[in-house]
Amino acid sequence: MCGIVGLFLKTEKHRPELGRLTAMMLHEMRERGMDSAGFAVYDQGEPGVDRMTLLAEGFDPDWSATATALSTALDAEVAVRPLEDHAVFEIHGDGRAARQWIIDNAPGVDVLSYGRQIELFKAVGDPDLVASRYDLASRTGTHAIAHTRMATESAVTTNGSHPFVTGADTCLVHNGSLSNHNQLRLQLEREGESFQTENDSEVAAGYLSWRLREGDTIDDALTRALVDLDGFYTFAIGIESGFAVLRDPIACKPAVVAETDHWVAMSSEYRAIAQLPGVEDAELFEPVPATIYSWSLAA
Amino acid sequence: MSTTTIDLASSTIRQLNQTLHDASVGTFQVLNPKGAHAAAVGIDADITVEIMGSVGYYCAGMHQQGTVRIDGNASAGLAENIMSGRVHLAGSATMSAGATGHGGLVIIEGDAGARCGISMKGVDIVVGGNVGHMSAFMAQAGNLVVLGDAAEDLGDSLYEAKLFVRGSVASLGSDCVEKEMRPEHVATLTELLAAAAMDADPADFTRYGSARKLYNFHIDDIDAEVAAAGADT
Repeated sequence: MCGIVGLFLKTEKHRPELGRLTAMMLHEMRERGMDSAGFAVYDQGEPGVDRMTLLAEGFDPDWSATATALSTALDAEVAVRPLEDHAVFEIHGDGRAARQWIIDNAPGVDVLSYGRQIELFKAVGDPDLVASRYDLASRTGTHAIAHTRMATESAVTTNGSHPFVTGADTCLVHNGSLSNHNQLRLQLEREGESFQTENDSEVAAGYLSWRLREGDTIDDALTRALVDLDGFYTFAIGIESGFAVLRDPIACKPAVVAETDHWVAMSSEYRAIAQLPGVEDAELFEPVPATIYSWSLAA
Repeated sequence: MSTTTIDLASSTIRQLNQTLHDASVGTFQVLNPKGAHAAAVGIDADITVEIMGSVGYYCAGMHQQGTVRIDGNASAGLAENIMSGRVHLAGSATMSAGATGHGGLVIIEGDAGARCGISMKGVDIVVGGNVGHMSAFMAQAGNLVVLGDAAEDLGDSLYEAKLFVRGSVASLGSDCVEKEMRPEHVATLTELLAAAAMDADPADFTRYGSARKLYNFHIDDIDAEVAAAGADT
């Protein structure tokens, strides 16, 4: 199993309560995945500020010392907001260089997300506890995707949890199981992707990272994924301006979408959407198999 | 006869279903389903249940005798393994509606998703809108009536169920073929449309059924692709 939710706020109306609504949706998908959970929240960011969400699993790093060293190395202002075993770094400078510096100089620290608008938190445990531990309910912003995991393919670890980063301001959540992930992982490693787990969804994320790095748009990358990924999947992909949804051609894994004047919501099941304000007037539909859907803010 | 109201905002699904199992007559109105799973499953009495809103998985599963009316949409497995009675959905259903049903009538006013009527064994299903891919897969008996269109691979590996489609069929599954509408089929279809209160002319429908080429082993079928190609002719 596994549960997916995505919420995209088209207007200002509910943006102050993005986190509360997402937490409510995540709670409804709790029974679909009790072993771990995660969420990515997007806001409109600040001009000139790049962000990274970092994870130090199993040890207690000195985040402020890391930030100071990074600041010195980049000659840029770096602010840090630690939260449990995660920390959000805000870099008033070159985010790409900052990410590379962390990879090279902060052993044991994982870059969970990077970009201008995304923050990403995930952990092992009851989805409601994960949401409260990382303060999902109080977050504001434009859109979010979240996931509850019931592991079938690989170990229950934080790094095996979703969402998975796929590029700047992009990430992926997955319900399903891929059958050709081992072969694909080897191919992607030859293309320069690196993997931290045996997880099949991480391979799907690596696949999208590779395609985006090669210059594909999200739509191009997903169209190609329909050919190259074998198995069952419903994906939700968070992008800087919204999110996209794709189901495999057999459509074994569920998905439902609802849209109102103020929001678009998708989930594995309707009960996650049933709680949203104005749902009684929503247009509801089931995404057609092998068809890419995306919703985004006007540029 | 009085109506009993059960509000799922304050009652559990178990309480609802136990109340319905204990009843032998009456009308029950269910409020605030909000996509809950397994609502009104296992009814076996001539009662009427009206669910005011959308339901989750397996609503009205294993249904016998009574009527369940849902004023909303339904998730996977609506009326799964229905034996008799009637399940009437005002909205649309996702995958596997009416799966394995042995009898009774399932009415879906909107669309049904993938695998509608999969392995049906005698149930009648009437869909006002479209059905998704692989509908009536391995369907053994009963009738599937579709007023809209059918997606890919309709009736794959079909046995003796009869399929009536008014709109287009994206593709037929292995061993499913178009068949002649004889007077008895028009009669059956007329009866089902009336029972479902659907306004459609039986003359606008095409019947599909089994070519019966997969019933017995033929040495030529040892290559599955040869068998599939043969069935398409």
